[in-house]
Amino acid sequence: MNILVCLKQILDPEVPARDFRVDAARREAEQGSANLVTNIFCENALETALQLRERAGGATITVLSYGRPTAEDSLRKALAMKADAAALVLDEGEGTPDPLNVARVLAAAIKRLGAFDLVMTGREAGDWGAGQTGGLLAEELGLPCVSFVDGIEVEGGRLRLRRQTDTGWELFEATPPVVVTVTNDEHNVPRIPKVRDVMMSYRQPLTKLTPADLGLAADGNDYYEVAELSIPQKETRCDFAGGDTLDEKVEAFARHVVEVTRGM
Amino acid sequence: MNDVLIILFAANGFDKGAQGLAGAGRRLAGESGGSLRAVVLGEGAETLAQEVARVADAVVVADQAELSEYQPETYLNALAQVCRESKPRAVLLGNDTYSQELTPRLAHRLGGSAAGDGVEVRVDGDALRVGRQVYGGKAHAVLELKKSPAVVWLRARSFAPAAPRETSGDVTRAALDIQADTRTRVVERRREAGGESRLEEARVIVSGGRGIGGPEGFETELRPLAELLGAQLAASRAACDAGWVPPTWQVGQTGKKVTPELYLAVAITGASQHMAGISEAKTIAAINTDPDAPIFKHSRFGIVEDYRKVVPLLREKLKRVLGAGF
Ligand SMILES: Cc1cc2nc3c(=O)[nH]c(=O)nc-3n(C[C@H](O)[C@H](O)[C@H](O)COP(=O)(O)OP(=O)(O)OC[C@H]3O[C@@H](n4cnc5c(N)ncnc54)[C@H](O)[C@@H]3O)c2cc1C
Ligand SMILES: Nc1ncnc2c1ncn2[C@@H]1O[C@H](COP(=O)(O)O)[C@@H](O)[C@H]1O
Repeated sequence: MNILVCLKQILDPEVPARDFRVDAARREAEQGSANLVTNIFCENALETALQLRERAGGATITVLSYGRPTAEDSLRKALAMKADAAALVLDEGEGTPDPLNVARVLAAAIKRLGAFDLVMTGREAGDWGAGQTGGLLAEELGLPCVSFVDGIEVEGGRLRLRRQTDTGWELFEATPPVVVTVTNDEHNVPRIPKVRDVMMSYRQPLTKLTPADLGLAADGNDYYEVAELSIPQKETRCDFAGGDTLDEKVEAFARHVVEVTRGM
Repeated sequence: MNDVLIILFAANGFDKGAQGLAGAGRRLAGESGGSLRAVVLGEGAETLAQEVARVADAVVVADQAELSEYQPETYLNALAQVCRESKPRAVLLGNDTYSQELTPRLAHRLGGSAAGDGVEVRVDGDALRVGRQVYGGKAHAVLELKKSPAVVWLRARSFAPAAPRETSGDVTRAALDIQADTRTRVVERRREAGGESRLEEARVIVSGGRGIGGPEGFETELRPLAELLGAQLAASRAACDAGWVPPTWQVGQTGKKVTPELYLAVAITGASQHMAGISEAKTIAAINTDPDAPIFKHSRFGIVEDYRKVVPLLREKLKRVLGAGF
């Protein structure tokens, strides 16, 4: 089985709100001292693929990213986690490409890289949180799509996909090729690569392409544009339960709870 | 065409989300000078359609056998057909799983632009603008959707419902040519225990984080507290990822967006992605050992103590104050 996992490198979403700044004029986030990391749901997707390979007794996993040169680090980390091959399409444009542009580039790259039974993305990226690339990619590739998947089994030539819903879960049967978007769950918490494997990954081959190599022109954002970006100011003053003993503190806290619930 | 089309699933009924969606649709239709239309899909669509007709100008029922239950490829085909026929300027959906899944693909099929998780939507000249949280709730962005139609899923519960009209809109049945697409097929559906009373509708929520330390804490401490308060239980992503509680309990950017009167966060840091799910909570309160935990910056009241000491005592006191009747 041939699996392709799309990885996006983003600004570390764990940056606390107090350290987060935006450039309102350019409508971009400022990196400041924050690290660049692989989006967590992409790592959940890769982890799901790695486990699938282990259980199915073999599969080839290719990781793909469209991004700045720094995105190479995300791909190297994926190789250290034991993906088999990696490809980077270099984003040489200005600003952030919109989801349709990203999907077009990824679709063209996927067609170039080979034939895949399973194309995986994260459910959404922790920066802009668009949650669109997987669905748009499926349309660009003319494939069906299942979202919010948290488990995959191979059965004969078919796939069994478990996906989360608002109220529980659904089990799908799918005939490859299919696109899935992956969400987090207790079983796909990404493994931590060994330091040695991280070092080794820098010696592995990595395919580099540009949109031009794929026959795509950089024609700007024709899907959507960020018109405004701002940081909302919202802080509440917290009334901390005081008192000399635990009992007094809990008493004060309980009084607040009663007040709120009685007023409902 | 300046019409606005809302998409509803019969299985959810005319809940708070559907009502908010109709409200958002009505205001947008007013701004763009078009009418408000609705399409209702799935078994039982006829009943819901009659309710929706009280607030919409026209309702299309799509309940033929192939659409009796949700299958993504088949529903997508059906919706693309309905939209091509009625040529709306905007298509609005709610924030349920199916709406989120369908939105970008439907936009692509119609040659339009999509956005998700909208908290405001308005007409601006030729463009449609959608306000939403980005960067895990740390920033707010306004997106300008360039292609038409705009296909947008909204945090539907945050929008005021539409006022009923004097005369009900027309209800018609869609004549769709649907080929069942069997490349993917839902073969089993399960509801998690507790999924019946939906977290989104809860008035009081007791929520636990990684600091709870394991599934036992949820069972022996938080559950009895929730029962006492008539509250629903919820959790942070860290607690869900640890497998202590089901993923349906997750609140936040990628979990449920809740709107309770009281949200009691127990051993939860209050990361921006968690707060993104409770921005509409009326009162937030927190129990946390760390006085500098960001959750306190959003809380009306709080207590800096180990929850294992606080919760048993709190239950005792609440029992006494609230009486057996509560
Ligand atoms: C793209 C993206 C999407 C995300 N979506 C979500 C989402 O939808 N929902 C969500 O919740 N998170 C989400 N997250 C994760 C989020 O960033 C945080 O990592 C997560 O919310 C942390 O959970 P926590 O507060 O339970 O755990 P921790 O950060 O580990 O905090 C535990 C807290 O418990 C306190 N504590 C420990 N022991 C005790 C005790 N005995 N008594 C009292 N207090 C104690 C600690 O002081 C600490 O504040 C997302 C992240 C990303 C990148
Ligand atoms: N530039 C990119 N390169 C590779 N994969 C991407 C890129 N952008 C988005 N994706 C994939 O699409 C998912 C959802 O991203 P988004 O639609 O931006 O929220 C991510 O988790 C990735 O798997």
